[in-house]
Amino acid sequence: MRDRITAFLVLLPSLVAVGIFVYGFIGQNLYVSLSDWGKNPAQALAEKPTLHFVGLSNYRELFTGFVDVRFRQSVVNLIFFTLFFMAGSLGLGLLLAVALDQSPRGEGFFRTVFLFPMALSFVVTGTIWRWLLQPQGGVNVLPTLLGLPPWSFPWLTTREQVLVFDWNQLPFYTALVVGLVLLYVAYRAHREGEGKRRLYALLSGGLLLLWAFTLGRSAHLLPYPEPHGFSLALVGVILAAMWQMSGYTMALYLAGLRGIPVEVLEAAKVDGATPWQTYRHVILPLLAPITLSAMIVLGHIALKIFDLIFAMAGLDYAPTDVPAIYMYLLAFRGNQFAKGAAIGILLLLLVAVVVVPYLASQLRKEVRR
Amino acid sequence: MRKWLWVLGMALGLSALAQTGKLEIFSWWAGDEGPALEALIRLYKQKYPGVEVINATVTGGAGVNAKAVLKTRMLGGDPPDTFQVHAGMELIGTWVVANRMEDLTPLFRQEGWLQAFPKGLIDLISYKGGIWSVPVNIHRSNVMWYIPAKLREWGVNPPRTWAEFLATCETLKRKGLQAPLALGENWTQQHLWESVALAMLGADGWNNLWNGKLKFTDPKAVAVWETFGKVLDCANKDAAGLSWQQAVDRVVQGQAAFNIMGDWAAGYMATTLKLKPGTDFAWAPSPGTQGVFMMLSDSFGLPKGAKNRQNALNWLRLVGSKEGQDTFNPLKGSIAARLDSDPAKYNAYGQAAMRDWKSNRIVGSLVHGAVAPESFMSQFGTVMEIFLQTKSPQAAANAAQAIADQVGLGR
Repeated sequence: MRDRITAFLVLLPSLVAVGIFVYGFIGQNLYVSLSDWGKNPAQALAEKPTLHFVGLSNYRELFTGFVDVRFRQSVVNLIFFTLFFMAGSLGLGLLLAVALDQSPRGEGFFRTVFLFPMALSFVVTGTIWRWLLQPQGGVNVLPTLLGLPPWSFPWLTTREQVLVFDWNQLPFYTALVVGLVLLYVAYRAHREGEGKRRLYALLSGGLLLLWAFTLGRSAHLLPYPEPHGFSLALVGVILAAMWQMSGYTMALYLAGLRGIPVEVLEAAKVDGATPWQTYRHVILPLLAPITLSAMIVLGHIALKIFDLIFAMAGLDYAPTDVPAIYMYLLAFRGNQFAKGAAIGILLLLLVAVVVVPYLASQLRKEVRR
Repeated sequence: MRKWLWVLGMALGLSALAQTGKLEIFSWWAGDEGPALEALIRLYKQKYPGVEVINATVTGGAGVNAKAVLKTRMLGGDPPDTFQVHAGMELIGTWVVANRMEDLTPLFRQEGWLQAFPKGLIDLISYKGGIWSVPVNIHRSNVMWYIPAKLREWGVNPPRTWAEFLATCETLKRKGLQAPLALGENWTQQHLWESVALAMLGADGWNNLWNGKLKFTDPKAVAVWETFGKVLDCANKDAAGLSWQQAVDRVVQGQAAFNIMGDWAAGYMATTLKLKPGTDFAWAPSPGTQGVFMMLSDSFGLPKGAKNRQNALNWLRLVGSKEGQDTFNPLKGSIAARLDSDPAKYNAYGQAAMRDWKSNRIVGSLVHGAVAPESFMSQFGTVMEIFLQTKSPQAAANAAQAIADQVGLGR
């Protein structure tokens, strides 16, 4: 009993501090995001601004308002950036790890070299890569070393977009994706022989798809088409981010590869598995938990990215914009504090979507133990 | 040993007695502009030797970082004694409407500044019967820069209207010059836009845009975007990656014929690149804006609750004086806001600008904070992005009007 009280007393200060400085401020930010702070310039920076409660109108404006087209592009940018950055870092890290796992000569040297970029800050990485990706210098002159004409790819300055879709169709796409996921869940339930889950998943998935293809096509967010896509100017940013983080995934994967018991690999060899089959059916499945942890870390880095883009392309260039940058612009240059707070809350939700399921599964594991 | 300590203690005590407080000056003048501020501070120290001056500079072009720091300090109840700000709506729309600044009209009366500064400037820094900051310098926004020798080589003259400009552009393109107009990153594109808009709307139309009498969706204002689009076709495609200095470099190196930039470009070419104004490089009002001086000005204001109010007032007095302005401006590469400044202290470009400053019609710049509040300016970048992405004059005009309504422009 006394131990418990001591433990509680020792924890109390940090509990109070976290309660105020983390959750209290999140709460205050939420409150600001539901207010109109910044709409009236006379109140924006007044000594004691009077705030009015306006409900979700800041959020509605961000997703459907006429002037916030840049926010929508930044969300699309963020999603593509996260996808390509994670896939790239994981793939490259795995390749490097597998190469180092063959125990080449000078392994320690290469390990240090590959891990080194992680020691730099994103601002340094961004500055270096901005120089490398200049239109008339850097990597564009590489082919001239072989006597070829230089590339003329405008890495960070292009306005071209690929994979363009209409923002208006977002309800349709969302229903489509969720419906397909539910069908997949139903399929899994079918294979595992869980009748109830199969029925519910099939039913709700089917309903969603039905809605998508009938009413969903005419449910529009905006009164006019608004194309968004993956802007090619992000390719340079993704390259720099991969350069920075693939050493980290390499280290994780290398530890995982070294942790696989030799007996398992020998058993596979005895069973007559080719190296490729060993990787496909033995090693990669054993690395799955590592991939998950790496995805969590990379995912939340990607969602919070600000400094790298700040250093590479600046704040004002919409083709490389992400919500964190738009938030900074709105709040600290435009004095639109409520709208900035709303973006902050949206980012928090996005990160939570990535991190919370992971934390929950970890917690459950610990309880089981 | 003990005696030595005692002497030191006495000296410290004496110097503390001699001081009559402090003065914190908040600005974004570092690097090239640092020496000009230093000179002004030296002058202040000569006049008020007891005051300890704290030079609180936050680096970053056009004050992008400084403004964020200033906001944090003001909201946190720790205002600097005086701070640098672009004269006009950037100050008024942010800090004056929020009731955070002191009215400086008494100071202007006392020092006779109502006559020393031109009326057009006084109008731009006035709001609701008060005058809110002391302008220390004047820059001109609507200037076109070129290299006379290069133009002779190509056989073209500096264009006097945008129609002429487009024709000249075609000629130059036929002669193999890919991008006759050198352009830089986002804000320099907005800078180009304001020169086009001033030419298309005229000085009155330009002012009406900001007092709400002329809508952005008016056919006349939409036509600005159309012309602007055509002008952009004459510019380099990698603009987003270039600083304004790099854009000027293209003109100097003969890769482009013209650049529209504020007159800090003259300082860059004359001081940094060591070119002779008037012969090595030359200038003209941007096409279609002859007789109009689109100005921007750095100024100092007095926030309410300044800890050393009297010292700050003395600083403002110095900043607005003939002596202060003639110390500061030749080093900064700008001209004095006062009409009675000494031309002998300035180079050929500065003297030409001073003549225009006295005789031309004065209007304010958008990008540099004179005519629109921050809440509009920061979102005007988004309007520019909408136009560059869609190439649609109507879409850009609609977006600009939506933002103008949202921030209550002209109200």
